[in-house]
Amino acid sequence: MTIDFLVAALMTIITASTPLVFAAVGEIVAEKSGVLNLGVEGMMIVGAIGAFATGIVTGDPVLAVLAGAASGALMAFIFGGLTLWLLSNQVATGLALTIFGIGVSALVGHRFVGVTFAGLPKLDIPGVTDLPIVGPLLFGHDALVYLSVASVIAVAWFLRRTRTGLALRAVGENHDAAHSIGYPVIMIRLMAVLFGGVMAGLGGACLSLAYTPLWIENMTAGRGWIALALVVFASWRPWRAFFGAYLFGGITIIQLHAQGLGVAVPSQILSMLPYIATIVVLVLISRDDVRMRFNAPACLGRSFHATG
Amino acid sequence: MMALRFEARGAASRAMVLGSPAIAVVLTLAASLVMFASLGTDPVRALQAFFIQPLSSERGVAELMVKATPLVLIALGLSMGFRANVWNIGAEGQLTLGALAGGGLALALYGHESPLLLPLMFVAGIAGGMAWAAIPAFLKTRFNTNEILTSLMLVYVAILLLSYLIHGPWRDPDGFNFPESRLFHDSARLPVLLQGTRLHIGWPIALAIAATTWILLARHIIGFQIRVVGLAPAAASFAGFSRTRITWTTLLAGGGAAGLAGVMEVAGPIGQIVPVISPGYGFTAIIVAFLGRLHPVGVVFAGLLMALTYLGGEYAQITMNLPNAVTGVFQGMLLFFLLASDILIRYRIRFVP
Repeated sequence: MTIDFLVAALMTIITASTPLVFAAVGEIVAEKSGVLNLGVEGMMIVGAIGAFATGIVTGDPVLAVLAGAASGALMAFIFGGLTLWLLSNQVATGLALTIFGIGVSALVGHRFVGVTFAGLPKLDIPGVTDLPIVGPLLFGHDALVYLSVASVIAVAWFLRRTRTGLALRAVGENHDAAHSIGYPVIMIRLMAVLFGGVMAGLGGACLSLAYTPLWIENMTAGRGWIALALVVFASWRPWRAFFGAYLFGGITIIQLHAQGLGVAVPSQILSMLPYIATIVVLVLISRDDVRMRFNAPACLGRSFHATG
Repeated sequence: MMALRFEARGAASRAMVLGSPAIAVVLTLAASLVMFASLGTDPVRALQAFFIQPLSSERGVAELMVKATPLVLIALGLSMGFRANVWNIGAEGQLTLGALAGGGLALALYGHESPLLLPLMFVAGIAGGMAWAAIPAFLKTRFNTNEILTSLMLVYVAILLLSYLIHGPWRDPDGFNFPESRLFHDSARLPVLLQGTRLHIGWPIALAIAATTWILLARHIIGFQIRVVGLAPAAASFAGFSRTRITWTTLLAGGGAAGLAGVMEVAGPIGQIVPVISPGYGFTAIIVAFLGRLHPVGVVFAGLLMALTYLGGEYAQITMNLPNAVTGVFQGMLLFFLLASDILIRYRIRFVP
């Protein structure tokens, strides 16, 4: 295993993990405000097709990324309207969002099958990017990778160190008490859900613009669900979600390379690894019931209706 | 300016329990008119192709029941779980495992002519589905792990397992290298009930299971426990209803039903094991369960309606060149509108000046 091969593998791991980082961090914000949005898979795939379609039609990568984020936000808005205004069951609505999102993306993506996108421009600082090992690893990625790291830093800072972040966490822990202090519970939750949608959309855009610059029906292949598991795994902390996303990206890429190297295990069995790993980490993290209840936002999944 | 306010009703409106699905269907039809128009096709013709024309022949009606069978079966199992707040989202995987278990038995006993083979395949299918559902049940009751995520991850594992078997050990040796198993021999095929159609014994079985579920939920103690655990978990634990037992029972019921649906699909309409056994029945069954208000009778009607959307989608694809994805959008919209209209059960609309 040469150094070049390792660097190349690490580059791929970073590209594979970035969609999970976006989706997981966005969902952390939503869940911290008390909203359980199971529609991450639907928002991601709509973001993927929105970004891809815009990228092909306009040729502009910036517009494509923005379109991906906007598509995710639109889906999140539907979810927010149903769960926050019409008080529908959050689990069922999230499932509906996923089913609808997969359907809509397949419908829109119908005419884009087989088309290739040129890919996102990668950072290239003359001199620095050419440094051995460190150069491409730290300075050779496309903008979305750096944006993902920035978002983790920003969300961690926001939740922990700002008044608005505190208000959001308060709404997630006890929405009735927050309401009686005067916090606009519905508005805060709607903003949190929309942010989750933007991030999921960006994650999807990552997939269809950078990871595999193609459109394939159902290309998220369960990544939205893995992101949901990551939120639990990370105990609702952004940096832990970042680490978890890279762990999963790593597993995905390693099993792909193992398939390529002709390991004696059948390729489909290797492809099961990320999903089985998700189950394993969920079991390990969920075992301690007290710790789970301590870390999870207390009002997670409960609808709020102002009675005063 | 007039504003809309939601005011809590004193008690749940019984009229709306039936009315809300009806409103949802109407809204979905209206929205789909817009969708068809935006796709550039004549909306009225498209709706006709979707809903009216597939039912215009005896073969069409029989096909409706063939497609409704797995939906109703799975939704019956799922609805029991949903009532108890046990969210089995992995029915698609349990269906696959049932198909693999029953189909695997058929392949293992290839050529053996025996009237016992089909019942044995059914048992194997139910057992396969139950075994797959037992995993999230075990992880939830023993390790407090969320069953939504575990059952869902197992769907992807199940589909990969199917792919592995079909491309490898179970591939038809005389099949020109297509990823398919052998065609099942006659003893392993479900007999056709009506000449010229694909109608098999699955539909009567589904109806019988619906009736059984109705009696269980309404009259048997387990049905009572399921309902209480879902509606008032604290009261249930005070009454000594075992959450563990309910979780296991409902997950195994859902898994068994899905497994039965799976084996009936491969022994019936499909006739062999193929890479795609189900066009998402396990997920559509979730919609069927909600649309049917989690009640066995409602599930039967909702299953027929959803089967019609599948049929209509195929029909529209053939006659009007509409992409098959329209079906998925339609089904998703229906669930959205249903969830939206559900607020009218517990709240009434007030216009406040």
